[in-house]
Amino acid sequence: MQPTTEQRLWMYRHMVLSRYLEERIESLYMEGKTPVFNMAKGPIPGEMHLSNGQEPCAVGVCAHLDPEDIVTATHRPHHIAVAKGVDLDAMVAEIFGKATGLAGGRGGHMHLFDAKVNFSCSGIIGEGLGPAVGAALSRKLQGKPGVAVAFMGEGAANQGAFHEALNLAAVWQLPVVFVIEDNAWGISVAKQASTAVPRNDRRAAAYDMPGVHVADNDVEAIFSAAGEAIARVREGQGPTLIEIETARLAGHFMGDGEDYRPKGEKEGLKQRDPIPRYRKQLLDAGLLDDASDDTLVEGAHARVEAAIRFAQDSEFLPPEAALEAVFV
Amino acid sequence: MTTTTSAGTRKLTIARAMAEATAQEMRNDPRVFVMGEDIGPLGGVFGNTRGLYDEFGPERVRDTPISETAFIGAAVGAASDGMRPIVELMFVDFFGVCMDAIYNLMAKNTYFSGGKVKVPMVLMTSTGGGYSDAGQHSQCLYGTFAHLPGMKVVAPSNAYDAKGLMTAAIHDDNPVVFMYHKSLQGMGWLGTEKGATVPVPEESYTLEIGKAAVVREGHDVTLVSLAAGVHHCLRAAQALEDEGFSAEVVDLRSLVPLDRETLRASVAKTGRLIVVDEDYHSFGVSGEIIASVVEHDHACLKAAPRRVAYPDIPIPFAPTMEQWALPNADKIVDAFHQMMLS
Ligand SMILES: Cc1ncc(C[n+]2csc(CCOP(=O)(O)OP(=O)(O)O)c2C)c(N)n1
Repeated sequence: MQPTTEQRLWMYRHMVLSRYLEERIESLYMEGKTPVFNMAKGPIPGEMHLSNGQEPCAVGVCAHLDPEDIVTATHRPHHIAVAKGVDLDAMVAEIFGKATGLAGGRGGHMHLFDAKVNFSCSGIIGEGLGPAVGAALSRKLQGKPGVAVAFMGEGAANQGAFHEALNLAAVWQLPVVFVIEDNAWGISVAKQASTAVPRNDRRAAAYDMPGVHVADNDVEAIFSAAGEAIARVREGQGPTLIEIETARLAGHFMGDGEDYRPKGEKEGLKQRDPIPRYRKQLLDAGLLDDASDDTLVEGAHARVEAAIRFAQDSEFLPPEAALEAVFV
Repeated sequence: MTTTTSAGTRKLTIARAMAEATAQEMRNDPRVFVMGEDIGPLGGVFGNTRGLYDEFGPERVRDTPISETAFIGAAVGAASDGMRPIVELMFVDFFGVCMDAIYNLMAKNTYFSGGKVKVPMVLMTSTGGGYSDAGQHSQCLYGTFAHLPGMKVVAPSNAYDAKGLMTAAIHDDNPVVFMYHKSLQGMGWLGTEKGATVPVPEESYTLEIGKAAVVREGHDVTLVSLAAGVHHCLRAAQALEDEGFSAEVVDLRSLVPLDRETLRASVAKTGRLIVVDEDYHSFGVSGEIIASVVEHDHACLKAAPRRVAYPDIPIPFAPTMEQWALPNADKIVDAFHQMMLS
């Protein structure tokens, strides 16, 4: 399955936008945290898991999704949220904990919910799969259109919930696609030290569903694999498991010393940064030139800056608002 | 982090104290081993296994997959088979994915075998918030664990107690849940409660599980807490002293068994009780403490007891909301003032 020109440029633009968002969050996050790194300080306190390098997974999959389709994401959610069309202003405001945020600041960066585009995420590893299966079941029972995609890291494939959810989706033939972003690390633990199979797509065999592997963080290969899997579920043909070889260009979270990485690994990964690679691909194909690239990049940056300004200019809710929204 | 004071007394953080106790027991007893996520070369996300991998190697210091149900269940199996595992649940909030192994197996196998099967394991887990990690990474859940019979529960407030309790937990033939508060670990990135880093003897020692400590004597009110809350109480006691009141501070140290005698003796002396708990207000530790005093002797109280606890809400991310909701010394002082007015 080949993307159209429009889809190619959409994917590129959303990768650029997501990366720039992460870069801005990175520098804002560090405000107030130097020289002493204390997570509680600065305009964005708490844990921060950046998605730099994993953008191809988000855009290659979400290029096939409409707002009515359901996505569940992880503790590393920004790139997926951007590609799924989550309200950027409200998302960034949530990351800043502001009143105008998706949850008025109650959730923060690991708990982003945008019901308008059926997006949610959770900080508990493996726990997005069950809800994706359930949302797919709901659509089937209600006879409503829409499919579900559950994103996870490769570390999540060792959780019981992974195996239970795959089996459930398969036995009920539900319209759900499971997407593993394999960045080779679960915090400091390498995939090969924690996982009995070299490739998790092989685990699909245990649930008699197609298992697809995508190598090398390749935007269009991801687009193609996801497109086929999503087309199958839209036709009621049951779930698919996809594992994508991707790259975590940042630490597990901000403040991670990354001493566990083999020497040179990060530099190597940066040389294979998927965004310049895709840019070159588009330039070579004549779909982009320097001028149109500049315009696209500037537009994406301006969008991010506007969202950050919106967040910074917003107020915090009064502290007592902590007591609200526990129940509807 | 190790620091040496001018007097030459070695101070340790709780993280160091836990690692030292574990290392000493691993040297003495080949049955002791450690499992958990990132507890190997990284030394634990909260530093409490630092150095163990280098000394004991990957056979006895095992990084696990993100499979809590399996490796905590495995600890139960290994413990029942003669080993003495120490397992880490990185954040207590993750108990949801593995609670069956904890409370249906770890906590019940001894009973269901009529006392014939021992489960000598330690489940270490981090608790607490205050640094904007939101409600899936900031809970205490002391009451949740203490409520379920069959496992001992400890929660130290300083490194001396942490080392003694850790050693005792490893020696214990019963399962012990060792709850360490993130703000006390001495990890700079979580902000650090200075009062938790105290002199710690190098030699091995145990602290009896189930014994509270009166960490400050007083006669006007008893402030009861555990872990980080003890430090709030100590600050409040200082503030009250400046106002001319004398507060006694009881550090529970263990929730199971609960040292009700020390608690009752203190309240019998002061006649007033404030319980401070970073865990949720309702159905938890604070209610249990008050009940333990009142059901024993309702006449010992000169005023209705009060609690300064976390409201019954999921923990919010925004620092404004989270800090507002957390217990602190000012709230304890306020509670005392209100108690004196009524
Ligand atoms: C049930 C549970 N266990 C442990 C954690 C702590 N934790 C957070 S992220 C992480 C590593 C996740 O690795 P992976 O799924 O590969 O995603 P990545 O971080 O690489 O994106 C761990 C162990 C958690 N959040 N939830």
